[in-house]
Amino acid sequence: MENKSHGGVDLSRRGFLKSAGGLAAGGALGQGATAAASAGLLGDGVERASGEVEIELTLNGTKRKVKVEPRTTLLSVLRHRVEPALTGTKEVCDMGSCGACTVHVDSKPAYACLLLAIDCQGKAITTIEGLAQGDTLHPVQQAFCEHDALMCGFCTPGFVMALSACLDAKPNATLDELKEACAGNVCRCGTYPHVFQAAVAAQRAKQAGGAR
Amino acid sequence: MKAFEFASPVTLDQALAELPNDVAKRDSVKLFAGGQDLLTEMKEHLVEPTKLVNLKRVPGLDRIELAPDGTLVIGCLATLGALAEHAETKNFFTCVAEAARSVGSAQIRSQGTVGGNLNQRPRCWYYRNEHAPCLKKGGTECFAYSGLNKYNAILGGGPSYIVHPSDLATALVALDAQVTLRSAKGERTMALEKFYSLPSEGDVTRETVLEPAEILTHVRVPAKSGWQSTYLKFKERGSYDFALAAVAVAVKSDGAPRTIRDARLVLGGVAPKPWNVPKAAAALVGVALGSAEGAASSKRAGELAVVGAEPLAHNAYKVPLVQGLIVKAIEALAAR
Ligand SMILES: Cc1cc2nc3c(=O)[nH]c(=O)nc-3n(C[C@H](O)[C@H](O)[C@H](O)COP(=O)(O)OP(=O)(O)OC[C@H]3O[C@@H](n4cnc5c(N)ncnc54)[C@H](O)[C@@H]3O)c2cc1C
Ligand code: FES
Ligand code: FES
Repeated sequence: MENKSHGGVDLSRRGFLKSAGGLAAGGALGQGATAAASAGLLGDGVERASGEVEIELTLNGTKRKVKVEPRTTLLSVLRHRVEPALTGTKEVCDMGSCGACTVHVDSKPAYACLLLAIDCQGKAITTIEGLAQGDTLHPVQQAFCEHDALMCGFCTPGFVMALSACLDAKPNATLDELKEACAGNVCRCGTYPHVFQAAVAAQRAKQAGGAR
Repeated sequence: MKAFEFASPVTLDQALAELPNDVAKRDSVKLFAGGQDLLTEMKEHLVEPTKLVNLKRVPGLDRIELAPDGTLVIGCLATLGALAEHAETKNFFTCVAEAARSVGSAQIRSQGTVGGNLNQRPRCWYYRNEHAPCLKKGGTECFAYSGLNKYNAILGGGPSYIVHPSDLATALVALDAQVTLRSAKGERTMALEKFYSLPSEGDVTRETVLEPAEILTHVRVPAKSGWQSTYLKFKERGSYDFALAAVAVAVKSDGAPRTIRDARLVLGGVAPKPWNVPKAAAALVGVALGSAEGAASSKRAGELAVVGAEPLAHNAYKVPLVQGLIVKAIEALAAR
């Protein structure tokens, strides 16, 4: 949107960022200092969590205990709250608009920035780090290498996760379906033609009974 | 995001007991379904609830079923992805499956739910900017009226000029869908069309008549034998986007050549609620699909559909756009 002032409102991006950052930091401090941590059933059968609570997540097949607040996103857990950090999942917009944070939740593609970690308990979460089987790359990973489907590479994990979710569910996906599968991913370097070539190559490899 | 309590009830009654009756408190407790709209609102500080009521532990709300009488019953937690892939929905309620498939991206559709889609908040950029105290946020002015209003309403606007962003709502209204609203006091059912309200009709800060203590539990779409339907959405960005304008068309036809006996036409992306235009739909009745006469009636329907349109400074393009979509949608039905 254009940075213009309407009706006396400062709609500039800088003004917005400044104030949003201030609010977020203030919120975090107040919360840590005052809130009493609690989680569990309070007699009425409703599970409640507030403050910092320990949850268990299944990340790339391994159960991991992690401390979160209800507001902590899965993306934040992956990048900042597990050791070693799973930073293959990228944070860009944090608003569900770019696809850089795409992971698989129970085999379906999802934006980790729009998932609450606490709501991911009991679900199988796969990140780019968990896609290969040992030294065998997923066909989509292999095809991205072979078709040079990246430039800076920042969007790449997201594209690979979006396309692999599609092909794992639909090995016969058409080019249009493959394009639809990664329509929610944005590449600033404009690698789309090679991405689509790689997607089609991965589809063929899968059909030919390739790696998986 | 501000801190909040996360409550996960396991029955609908428990969930209802978490909700406030008091209208003044409606934004302090929010229902959490897929979170694909709510979390973006919370990150932008447009709403800062102290409690989220997670609906996803309540079993059964995600079902999509065809009742024995052919009614399609969609639970509020059914994901858009599941609805788009549901065989009977695709076959018998085509525009609903097409609308579900048109929402956002695969990542949004895998998490986003039907209840959340129908109850999502507007995308007007003044509303979405926390620094713009617009009418929708309890302020005194709709900044879009005199500001940058390319994406705003041409029909039904005033005093707020938002357009309703839901693709699904437009398609469901075209198929005469009903919604069930549950509260601790009981249940009410109404036409989805009546669920939405214009800014001039009620509380300008809301888009629906949902009470703070209510949950939209189900959508019911009556069987429509002999009907065909389609949803056509025009996006500014091809990959994924909200509708600049959209149409849902449903026709009941018989004979050879197929003659239209009844029709529904609903516009999306042009008004603060799904814009049902029965008079325009009536112009389609009695003509054969695909005939020269049919083409003329589609144009006539387009003219009737925009009666009363009052474009703002930057959105007059929506008038011919929606008319073109109507013609194309009917052509698509004729080709099926
Ligand atoms: C990048 C992006 C693109 C998008 N594109 C589109 C698009 O093209 N078309 C479109 O229609 N939408 C779009 N959306 C909006 C939205 O995310 C989806 O429509 C989604 O379906 C919302 O569902 P949800 O379950 O995630 O809702 P939530 O975020 O969980 O809830 C949304 C609102 O509905 C309320 N609510 C949820 N369930 C119920 C219920 N059962 N009863 C009463 N109230 C309820 C919540 O309290 C909240 O206020 C997009 C969103 C993003 C982030
Ligand atoms: S960081 Fe999640 S979609 Fe952009
Ligand atoms: S390769 Fe640079 S953003 Fe896609």
